Amino acid sequence: MRNEMLVPVAPFDAPLLTCTIDGRPVEAQAGQTVLTVMLTNGAFVRRHDVDGEKRAGFCLMGACQDCWVWFSPDRRGRACTTPVVDGMRIVTSASYGGGDG
Amino acid sequence: MARALVVGAGPAGIAAAGVLVRAGADVTLVDENPRPGGQIHRRPADGLRIDMRRLLSRSLEAYDAFHAKADALCEAVDYRPSTLVWSARDGEAHLASDSRSVSLGYDALVLATGAVDRVAPVAGWTLPGVFSLGGAQVLLKGQGCLIGSRTVFCGASPLLYLAALQYARMGGDVAAIIDEAPFSAKIRALPQMASEPGTLLEGLRYMRALARRGVRIVHGASVASFTGEDRVEGVEIVRRDGTRETIACDSVAYGHGLKPESQLAELAGGGLRYDPDVRLHLPETDEDGRLLPGVYACGDGAMVGGAVAAEISGRLAGAAAARDLGLLPDADAGRASLARRLGRLRRFQRGLAIAFPWRRHFASSLDNGVILCRCENVTVGEVRASLSRPFGAGDVNRVKADTRCGMGRCQGRFCGPAFVEIVAAAGGSDARPGRLRSQPPVKPLPVAAGSAP
Repeated sequence: MRNEMLVPVAPFDAPLLTCTIDGRPVEAQAGQTVLTVMLTNGAFVRRHDVDGEKRAGFCLMGACQDCWVWFSPDRRGRACTTPVVDGMRIVTSASYGGGDG
Repeated sequence: MARALVVGAGPAGIAAAGVLVRAGADVTLVDENPRPGGQIHRRPADGLRIDMRRLLSRSLEAYDAFHAKADALCEAVDYRPSTLVWSARDGEAHLASDSRSVSLGYDALVLATGAVDRVAPVAGWTLPGVFSLGGAQVLLKGQGCLIGSRTVFCGASPLLYLAALQYARMGGDVAAIIDEAPFSAKIRALPQMASEPGTLLEGLRYMRALARRGVRIVHGASVASFTGEDRVEGVEIVRRDGTRETIACDSVAYGHGLKPESQLAELAGGGLRYDPDVRLHLPETDEDGRLLPGVYACGDGAMVGGAVAAEISGRLAGAAAARDLGLLPDADAGRASLARRLGRLRRFQRGLAIAFPWRRHFASSLDNGVILCRCENVTVGEVRASLSRPFGAGDVNRVKADTRCGMGRCQGRFCGPAFVEIVAAAGGSDARPGRLRSQPPVKPLPVAAGSAP
């Protein structure tokens, strides 16, 4: 199985950005959401608060709140509705605070 | 000048705002998304080069017409994108954008808040790779991505066919469509669906186009579970004769129709009425969308009906608001024909509710281990255990307090429809489901939004 979850079928004609996911540098493009960046570079966005199971969001339209991640040391919110910005440090919930990532 | 606040910039909100601005109201249009369109006419993100003609085919015309109108309108009103109305009552609404929170007074409030997927929980529905059916479409239109490289579309919804076809058009591999509704249900629904023959034919065209592409369609089998460890690897189905099969895939689009985002209608003080056809509580409005004096609900946020019904009900609600504000004369020549057309579309929608019924009997068939509340990881078994306690059974809000089911960040949007059925089933097979009460804010706010700018 592919490592990444999402399959891009249309190109972005937009500035290249760099950001990190749990410290790993990844390329992104302006216009992409945090969720798109995470799931074109991997197959989950966070670990669940209760049992640590992987989650990758669900509704993809800002309603289910199942894709909450940290965007920088002090901001948190929905990956599916947050545009990626240059230099963003995206942190899955597990590795925040020294979890097992 | 009369102040009208319209919430939502999809087909209903744009239509309502258009009527109000032409009538001379001072219109503020607030929308959660960065661009108008709602979900149905969602625009690609800035910079995304996606071939909308290939994706939308015949629907491109309606999409283009909507956006031409919406763009002009947003220039003419106080348009506030990427902003959430998180509560509204008694002439005052509370808005939050990225980091600011403001309050806004209004003389008329038009709620065009849209809908989200209704989903029946099943084992494995929290696995990465299982997404809502509507979300699978939104991701493709907005971000130019498929949810995976081999996708099963399943549930009970007319959108299964449209979404699968859009994926196929854009190069996606559709592993199968599992339509849980038996074909006989569609035959039964024909008399009502005949009220909109054009829409019915469009649906049949989708099915034919999928068949031509060799897409496998299974009618009347139910989804037993989504399988996989760290992410979804298959969809296990059970046919009506009891035989099982697991269809391999790396992604799933899953849904059972849509449900209105009625939280603001409730917080504003509107009544909700149980609709036995769709088995949901819906905002209780008159024919023109009046919810209570000065407050109106329209579009899918009042009753799911699709883009055309949303636009018509938005025009009716906008005109009702303008009349009630004294901006338009009482007599309105166009009103009766709009109301008749809306009536036909509503009848068609009731047909769809028969053709693609909500899986209500699952309340008794779900295993105790299935996660019901995705936010708090509350299982079906925990809810049943609460119901069996002496003080338990009855009110869904008490069971919520006891189990935390529905208490998480989504506020019961996704577990709610199944949760209320499970609680109702404990009260007897014909008990009417209750509903979870809405709380402000209707969605979580960024912490910074709570402080003054």
